[in-house]
Amino acid sequence: MTTRRHINAQFDVELRSLKDQISAMGSLVDRHVGEAVAALIERDRERARRVIEADRAVNQSELAIDEQCIRVLALQQPAASDLRFIAAALKMVTDLERIGDLAVNMAERVPALCEEPALRAVEELPQMAAAAQTMLRDVLEAFVNGDPVKAEAVLAADPAIDAWSVRIFDEVQSVMGRDPSSVPRGLATIFFAKHIERMADHTTNVAEMVIYLVRGQDVRHAKASSSPQQSPT
Amino acid sequence: MADVPRAAKLRTDGLNVHYGDFHALKNVTAVIGERRLTALIGPSGCGKSTFLRVFNRMNDRVAGCRVEGIVELDGQPLYRRGVDIEALRRQVGMVFQRPNPFPLSIFENVVFGPRIHALAAGAELEAVAERCLGAVGLWDDLKDRLDDSALTITPEQMQRLCIARAIAVEPDVLLMDEPCSSLDPIATLRIESLMRELSHRYTILVVTHNMQQAARISDDTGFLLLGELVELGPTATVFTRPRDRRTEDYVTGGFG
Repeated sequence: MTTRRHINAQFDVELRSLKDQISAMGSLVDRHVGEAVAALIERDRERARRVIEADRAVNQSELAIDEQCIRVLALQQPAASDLRFIAAALKMVTDLERIGDLAVNMAERVPALCEEPALRAVEELPQMAAAAQTMLRDVLEAFVNGDPVKAEAVLAADPAIDAWSVRIFDEVQSVMGRDPSSVPRGLATIFFAKHIERMADHTTNVAEMVIYLVRGQDVRHAKASSSPQQSPT
Repeated sequence: MADVPRAAKLRTDGLNVHYGDFHALKNVTAVIGERRLTALIGPSGCGKSTFLRVFNRMNDRVAGCRVEGIVELDGQPLYRRGVDIEALRRQVGMVFQRPNPFPLSIFENVVFGPRIHALAAGAELEAVAERCLGAVGLWDDLKDRLDDSALTITPEQMQRLCIARAIAVEPDVLLMDEPCSSLDPIATLRIESLMRELSHRYTILVVTHNMQQAARISDDTGFLLLGELVELGPTATVFTRPRDRRTEDYVTGGFG
């Protein structure tokens, strides 16, 4: 899809434009996550507020990409890899838009976390967010280059983020148990970690779509369908 | 349009067709499922029509045509000495690109086959006309005009009439060579819908230049290129995840 050309040159223009827009939307939500984390580190409520406002641009990208996908479907009747590209694009924008919303959710936790001294676990949030942002940048690169191997590496990175958030929950929970006055900060910390963890999940959805559009292979729910027998809990 | 495999109605193995020095079909091995609608796509000159015409031995009429390899209908070889070609063409009907009604009445067009093959006579012919015109959706419109010339009806009605004529001799297989290419888009959709209906009763093999048509109507799609059957599989697979890069290039309208 990256190097092939269509006899209908207008179709190439449309596909290239869609690819550029998706890539730009991915970079935009990455920046918003970065800004939300910076607002947390700097304890900067104003910076957090700007992240919340900037989400409008993400929503507009989603609408524009959706509309262009629908137009291509109606006017160009794409088939095979082109069809998979459009189907994947429609799903990917939803995940990217959700990542944008999660950046907003992170920014919304910042005021609560500015109120009082930070819990120790807050120190880890920027690192955890950086790991999730690396996944996002890698998946955008995999998308642009049509690189399913890189997308698989993104899938493989997700369990570490999940484990990280569980460690943060456990630590904060025990702090809140010992010191009830830490509950508001503690909850905000847990939420922030959860937003990062969800961001990584949406990134893995994008990675699955990259694999689908390049290989025509649906890797979603692969674990569930390959091991039908589940041990009772 | 289920992808359930059915018994092979038509089969070729190592089929080669030459027209003089021109190698029109190269080593084609294919199974056409019974009561499935199979579309053949590919650029002009790729061998689609030649492949279609192998199954009713229409190519026999072309000077210098040689057919080698296995071609079977219901497991019986078609290119063996002693095959009754008349009987074969009753069993394997054909519909052409341009509607070609005979310059006879509507009624005489439909009963032409049964009459000359002595399959029916007298009042039976009227029953045949009603059954076949009904099957192609013409009975209600034309039942009061059966004695009118078949050349007075619309192109879509003419094509329906030709399909009625083809099924009047009770074939198992219908070969259709671009049956909609001379029709307007709405008439095309209506003939397509008729083809889908007929595919529940007949094995249909259709050549089309219209890829969207192949995608809309067929159970299976075969892609031919330069005499080679590149890929033959469930239509949904061919149009979403083709196996061969050449199919991918063709169905996406790509090159390079």
